[in-house]
Amino acid sequence: MMKKAGIIMIIGSLLLLGLFKFPLWNIMLGAPQYPDPMGMNIHITGIEGVHEFDIQNIDGLNHYIGMKKIPKPEEMWEFEVFPLVIGGMAIIGVLIGLLGLFNKVSYKWFLGWLILMSVLGVMGMYDFNNWLTEYGTDLDPNAIMKMTHPDGTPMTYKPPLLGHQKMLNFDVDSFPHTGAYMLFVGMLLTFIAFFVGKKEWKTNN
Amino acid sequence: MKKSVLFILSLFLAASFLSCDNSENSKRGDRGALASSAAEKVYVAPGEHDEFYAFISGGFSGQLSVYGLPSGRLLKVIPVFSQDAEKAWGYNEETKPMLNTSHGFVPWDDAHHPDISQTNGKLDGRWVFINGNNTPRIAKIDLTTFETTEIIEVPNSAGNHSSSFVTENTEYVVAGTRFSVPVPQRDMPIKDYKGNFKGSLTFISVDPEEGQMDIKFQLMMPGFDYDLAHPGRGKSHGWFFFSTYNTEEANTLMEVNASQNDKDFIAAVNWKKIEEYVNNGGGKKMPANYAHNVYDEDTHTATSTMKKEVLVVDPLEVPGAVFLLPTPKSPHGCDVDPTGEYIVGNGKLSADLTVHSYTKMVEAIENESFDGEAYGIPILKFEDVLAGTVKQAGLGPLHTEFDGEGNAYTSFFISSEVVKWNVETREVIDRKPCYYSVGHVMIPGGNSAEPFGKYVLAMNKITKDRYLPTGPEVTQSAQLYDITGEKMELLLDFPTIGEPHYAAGIPADIIKPNSRKIFKLDENKHEHATLNNGDARVERDGNEVHVYMTMIRSHFTPDNIEGIKVGDKVYFHVTNHEQDYDVPHGISMIGANTSELLIMPGQTETFVWEPKQPGVWPFYCTDFCSALHQEMQGYVRVSPANSNIDLSWSLGED
Repeated sequence: MMKKAGIIMIIGSLLLLGLFKFPLWNIMLGAPQYPDPMGMNIHITGIEGVHEFDIQNIDGLNHYIGMKKIPKPEEMWEFEVFPLVIGGMAIIGVLIGLLGLFNKVSYKWFLGWLILMSVLGVMGMYDFNNWLTEYGTDLDPNAIMKMTHPDGTPMTYKPPLLGHQKMLNFDVDSFPHTGAYMLFVGMLLTFIAFFVGKKEWKTNN
Repeated sequence: MKKSVLFILSLFLAASFLSCDNSENSKRGDRGALASSAAEKVYVAPGEHDEFYAFISGGFSGQLSVYGLPSGRLLKVIPVFSQDAEKAWGYNEETKPMLNTSHGFVPWDDAHHPDISQTNGKLDGRWVFINGNNTPRIAKIDLTTFETTEIIEVPNSAGNHSSSFVTENTEYVVAGTRFSVPVPQRDMPIKDYKGNFKGSLTFISVDPEEGQMDIKFQLMMPGFDYDLAHPGRGKSHGWFFFSTYNTEEANTLMEVNASQNDKDFIAAVNWKKIEEYVNNGGGKKMPANYAHNVYDEDTHTATSTMKKEVLVVDPLEVPGAVFLLPTPKSPHGCDVDPTGEYIVGNGKLSADLTVHSYTKMVEAIENESFDGEAYGIPILKFEDVLAGTVKQAGLGPLHTEFDGEGNAYTSFFISSEVVKWNVETREVIDRKPCYYSVGHVMIPGGNSAEPFGKYVLAMNKITKDRYLPTGPEVTQSAQLYDITGEKMELLLDFPTIGEPHYAAGIPADIIKPNSRKIFKLDENKHEHATLNNGDARVERDGNEVHVYMTMIRSHFTPDNIEGIKVGDKVYFHVTNHEQDYDVPHGISMIGANTSELLIMPGQTETFVWEPKQPGVWPFYCTDFCSALHQEMQGYVRVSPANSNIDLSWSLGED
């Protein structure tokens, strides 16, 4: 019986559910006029302001440079699919854990789940980055302010995927949030489950 | 294992103790080096906040100014009994009712004595009250919005000067009349003053939750002048003390005729006893006419209601409730120390201060040790209530505040100085000059059981040569003294708005977290609010036109309006759709006979414009709001009175 490994696998998979409560990612925008930075929390179900009116205020500023409004949940397919993927992976992970607990599947399934999850995660990040690129570069041709780089090329406003970037008067900081950290820890646990399971499997058989 | 953990822990603890010691030593060292640097003590670095708010009365400007201490930086001027074109206070349709009185619209008053609300004798920082002296009124300023939200007129009063002081739990804000008058007002010879005029002391209840003010009762006292007042606290909670002058009841050449008695009185009023009497049906309702004006934070609109009745109490009907304490030389300030034991009478025509003892007063009342009566009110024997006298402390004592460490600080108008003395021993400890002719002094929390005795602020009536001259009229001023040491140290002079009578100070931390940033648009209940841009419109009703307009960076909706005619009365109801901190927008219309509007995020305000000539007239945003502020403008087409152009409005259409 892979008792320990199964339990670790179940816990690791359940940690994914944190994404239904906590944000995946956070982007903060601070400027001289905004000593209290504005921010967006990106959940798998939609984008929310860090403070009550942040989305409205970010949109208000972005309209000067011709950026689109921050999408509502119904405007992006991702906010329907991501919850299904995360929910589905959590359920599958728990099932694998349970089956592993009773030696119905081998420890290799744990690794298989992790690889699938990693692939999905990378795809998710790729998609997220694509959205950031579109959001920051698909500008209204009638924008009030059309800024250019010193070389004359039009300026774009893609927020960084990870880390800090100066954009006009704003300091933009983009980092994973609680939900993502729970996901990382969860995935790490499933990886541990794989090794523990391997040990337990060999002892059993 | 456990041992080693403990060992490491104890090492950490020892290290932190050591480092604490180090930092304290170095701080002390710094202080030594800079002990004489007044500049260092009042320097608040750019971006840093002051330690205290000071609410300083604007005197004859009718305003209340907000300063930071110790820097002396002016933070805001709050219009209270005045019109303020900057904020449209008293100009826009929403706030005009705030200045309504039984005499009609009175756009000015003489604002004197701010006092901050208290709970259990400590400042709670919810509201600050201030009195209008000339047309008797009491105002309440909300300290979440720093706006005047209520004004109640005081009937049967004239020269509302011994006001507006709050009791230990803000049960009452008290307003005493300086001038006695016929009650009710009637046509009678002035020379028949004596024995016929009355002095009213008004107890205005304050709702403990919402703060709504209501006159609970008016005590009809003999026709003296009731000059200043302070509440009992701690052991003397339930009493209120009023200084009097003109116990001679003179009605002409007062400077001579009201200064003849060697002693006037401090009137001690047991308001708890009178409250009980009133709650049991005591007192007499008399017809009256006074305004009660309330500003509603949800509708952003004030309403004025005329009240027609007031409950009056004859002090003789409530035995044991009112006593007179003889006090030398026309006492001005009447100040109670933080313990509630000592009542200081500042005899303004003398060199001495009279300190009465509450304990001795209670004993004297029990022993009925009376020295006659005035209109039936028992006069206590001077010697029986006196705790002692501060001898020859200065010339012309006016007001006393306390530091909570057993010291008192008294202003002397004639000798122009602040004098520090010990409340128990009544010995003078220190004196420092004021530039010039100090009136009130203020220590943050000075009228409470817990003063914050770090600074005393002296407020001066004249400044002469202290600042750059500005023609015949020069500024009044305040002076800040450090009182943390044995000797006072003058740190700073700064100019004030109007004449600073009294002030109220409070640690910033009590108020700062509650200061509002915006009004929420979806909580806006203004009758003419436009909450969605789609609802922006123009409506005609006869020759009245209502423009329902919105504003957000950086445009008005609508910004082109046609179909207005000469002779129309155009109401602009403008709603600010911003929900971002510190992004107000302003608006005015060329030729409007009123002030601009300055509209906070989420708020609606209204101004009236009566166009007199055909043409195309612009309006624009008056508060620099954004990079496109200069583009935030629009046009109204005005056609002749007999034209038949239909109303139309638009934004972004060609």
